[in-house]
Amino acid sequence: MSARLAVDVCIIGGGIAGCASAVALRKAGLTAAVLDRGLCGAGASGVNFGGVRQQGRNLHELPLARRSRRIWDSLAAILEQDVEFDVSGHIKLARSEADLAELETYARNARDYGLDLQMLGANRVRSEIPWLGDKVIGASLSPEDGQANPRVVGPAFARLARRLGAEIHEHRRVTAARRTETGFEVEAGDLTVASAWLVNTAGVFGGTVAGWFGEHAPVEALMPNMLVTEPLPYFVSRSIGVCGGDVYLRQTGRGNVIFGGGRGWGDAEIARSRPLADESLGGMSRTLDLVPALTNAQVIRTWTGIDGQTPDRIPVIGHSSTTPQLVHAFGFSGHGFQLGPVMGEIIAELVTQGRTPTPIAPFSIERFAAGGVASSVEAHTHTEH
Amino acid sequence: MTAAADAPLFHRLASRAGPLVSFTIDGAPATAQAGDLLMTAILLNRPALRRFEFGEAHRAGFCFMAACQDCWVTLADGGRVRACTTLVRNGMAVLIDGDARV
Amino acid sequence: MSDPVIAIVGAGPAGLRAAETLALAGLRPVLFDEAERPGGQIYRQPPPGAERPGAAIYGLEAGKAQAVHAILPTLGERIDHRAGTLVWNVFEGRLDTLRAGAFAHQPFDRLILATGAMDRVIPFPGWTTPGVFTLGGAQIALKAQGVSIGRRVAFVGAGPLLPLVAHQYAKAGAEVVAVLDVTPFGAKLRSAAGMLAQPSTLAKGLYYVARNALGRARRASGVRAIRVEGEGRVAALAWTDHKGAEHRVACDAVGASFGLRSESQLADLAGCTFAFDALTRQWAPVRAPDGRSSREDVFLAGDGAGIGGADVAELQGRRVALTVLQDVGRPVDVAEVARLDSALARQAQFRAALEGAYPYPEHLVAAVADDEILCRCEGVTAGALRDVVRHKGAAEVNRVKAFTRIGMGRCQGRVCGHAAAELVALERGCPVEDAGRLRGQPPVKPIPVLGGFS
Repeated sequence: MSARLAVDVCIIGGGIAGCASAVALRKAGLTAAVLDRGLCGAGASGVNFGGVRQQGRNLHELPLARRSRRIWDSLAAILEQDVEFDVSGHIKLARSEADLAELETYARNARDYGLDLQMLGANRVRSEIPWLGDKVIGASLSPEDGQANPRVVGPAFARLARRLGAEIHEHRRVTAARRTETGFEVEAGDLTVASAWLVNTAGVFGGTVAGWFGEHAPVEALMPNMLVTEPLPYFVSRSIGVCGGDVYLRQTGRGNVIFGGGRGWGDAEIARSRPLADESLGGMSRTLDLVPALTNAQVIRTWTGIDGQTPDRIPVIGHSSTTPQLVHAFGFSGHGFQLGPVMGEIIAELVTQGRTPTPIAPFSIERFAAGGVASSVEAHTHTEH
Repeated sequence: MTAAADAPLFHRLASRAGPLVSFTIDGAPATAQAGDLLMTAILLNRPALRRFEFGEAHRAGFCFMAACQDCWVTLADGGRVRACTTLVRNGMAVLIDGDARV
Repeated sequence: MSDPVIAIVGAGPAGLRAAETLALAGLRPVLFDEAERPGGQIYRQPPPGAERPGAAIYGLEAGKAQAVHAILPTLGERIDHRAGTLVWNVFEGRLDTLRAGAFAHQPFDRLILATGAMDRVIPFPGWTTPGVFTLGGAQIALKAQGVSIGRRVAFVGAGPLLPLVAHQYAKAGAEVVAVLDVTPFGAKLRSAAGMLAQPSTLAKGLYYVARNALGRARRASGVRAIRVEGEGRVAALAWTDHKGAEHRVACDAVGASFGLRSESQLADLAGCTFAFDALTRQWAPVRAPDGRSSREDVFLAGDGAGIGGADVAELQGRRVALTVLQDVGRPVDVAEVARLDSALARQAQFRAALEGAYPYPEHLVAAVADDEILCRCEGVTAGALRDVVRHKGAAEVNRVKAFTRIGMGRCQGRVCGHAAAELVALERGCPVEDAGRLRGQPPVKPIPVLGGFS
């Protein structure tokens, strides 16, 4: 039996950005429906590393990240859900003089955005993190960064959206969306949604959805490969990354150490992904080089998930270049978790006011219009988590 | 009839000849027999194998067939072994309630 | 052309018979097993130094155990036996292994999974107390180590393992203080007719029941509820009988479990399709009578793809090997295929009756209190599960896992996964198959963080 639904805003993709948009739109008095191919918050929003990190982001992302960080402070209260947000700080390690120079330059630039980073010399790093191996010669600390449990955030946004009156439709894969005289018509199985606005938070499918409206945005599947140990005595006091991005780790309050290792396998079309053994073992080796204390720890689970990655590793955010009342927010390239909460507010601003006070010009979909990455966007080549 | 709080859990029914194995539990000397799995060796001397991480409790294993993973124990050198599939060896040092060295 | 690589995981009765059949046909299968000595759990061998006479360990099954144990020594180099090797992952024609602290991998053309079973667990008050083991665990303590799990031992269960373990303990000289069956005795009588299809097994079952009746142990059928008492260690087992009366017996150890469940994680990782089996109330990889899975390169034998017991496992091991031989273009004895198929059909009839004799004790899972630990790895309670089902829209076990960490610990949900699905179904008022099954994730068992793989 087919059903029809009419709302002000139809949102394709029930990740954190999509569900947070539904929340913000309901608060602004609009009706909204979220369509997700699976369960809300179970995709890239739910299976990522769990870093709530500003440090190391592409500088263009910092205004978004700064604004989102303020939301994180009250996120548990907003969602009525413990999200295990721990302001552990994020420390980025240098293993060479070039690394150190990169960190210093970044810290100087970040200050322009109000992000205060502290440079730590070798001795200071060693006294702060005595269990680090001997390859670290310095670091940059972002005290207000931290970590959270990604599995619960997206679903909690979905529940809040539902409590506020949004329509949440799970296991509804959108197969087509088109512009009509009055707005949009979106088909998801036996459900057709008519809306005045359309929000594209479709993650790895964001480029496909954009394509339905004659826009080009190259998005490829990104499968970060991750591992988690059995609970260990607490010792990883900070969330940790390195210049180059090939090692990252954190320890949950329960003691499990989560760390990354390369890339997994995935097929977005059939929604299947798998961690890869060789990648996991490589991740072990690199992490062990940095953290010898993990010797003997037992890995109890490995996993991956499918995110959408753009060529320049920054998302597409903003109005469509071809279609009025279509808004994009996808391609977060493996580091969208921290940004998720603010995306709801920004999308609602774009819908209700036509613009947002947060600078988003660098994320315009038009940068791909000529078929290549616009040179004005300085690609920050390493994906971090 | 209730066993003393620190009495061993296991009880050897089939005695056999063979060399003894000396090991320690939380620094205290203990004895087992060659052919004893670490789980057997510990539980013939103690009522439990390890502390539970998420509460004030101990654990003593459960399935004895390498499935439930309840019997992972810590050795003094930091090693982690599954007690139901690891043979006790001379000089092994098992930590149950921890020790200043960790 | 070189011989195809046939990998077998599991050196219990199914895996060993499969390896033997392949080896006798001239192939050299690679047989992986986590244990150092072959036999699986049912015919588990004591480690070096703990050997005892076969009759003392395996009782009436000593002859079968001996025959299964003789396979590898007899065939020698014709089987590539990788003892002490954990297969922790399978993906796209390759096994990932761990042996003595070293990772390796093994490509295969055909894979036979003979991964066996473990006890099915239902939580009850006190079940995580030191001294409470599964029935299978209690049995292994005796078989492989010659020890009892306590000085005064009580057993609780639903399935043929209960009278068997109690009998073995009593015979070995342990003090068995209670043997409590949570299924009603009537169910067993009703199923006796079906079991006559397999008279020797029926006789064996009655033998154990009779032997146990001679002991001084408290015995009861139709037990409604059980509870382990004692802080830090077992002090007593209390139970409610079929009329509602309370009983209590002092003891210092308890063996308790409720049937068996397939160890199917590797089949899951291999990409096999699963189906729900209403008879045993569990999901298992789909297996054709000839041992084929849903995948062309993966084959299934023994309890790892549905519970059949050791005799069935041997038959299935032989049968699946013939299917593989046929697939790789080797000659196959058609008469042997027919003989095995007919033997397996007879066994299936008996198995259905046996399952009928030990229906799943739903009353126990319904009685699990909110404050009871459900996931013993992570220490998550049944109440936490019910909360996310009621209030957070978690409708199946993987969502419950994501929200609560149930099934996320060291055992990957082996122990709690079944009961978790039953509890979700009860809470939702839906069939248990609609509560889903926990998806497997590598590694199927913990693996160490090791270097050298950059």
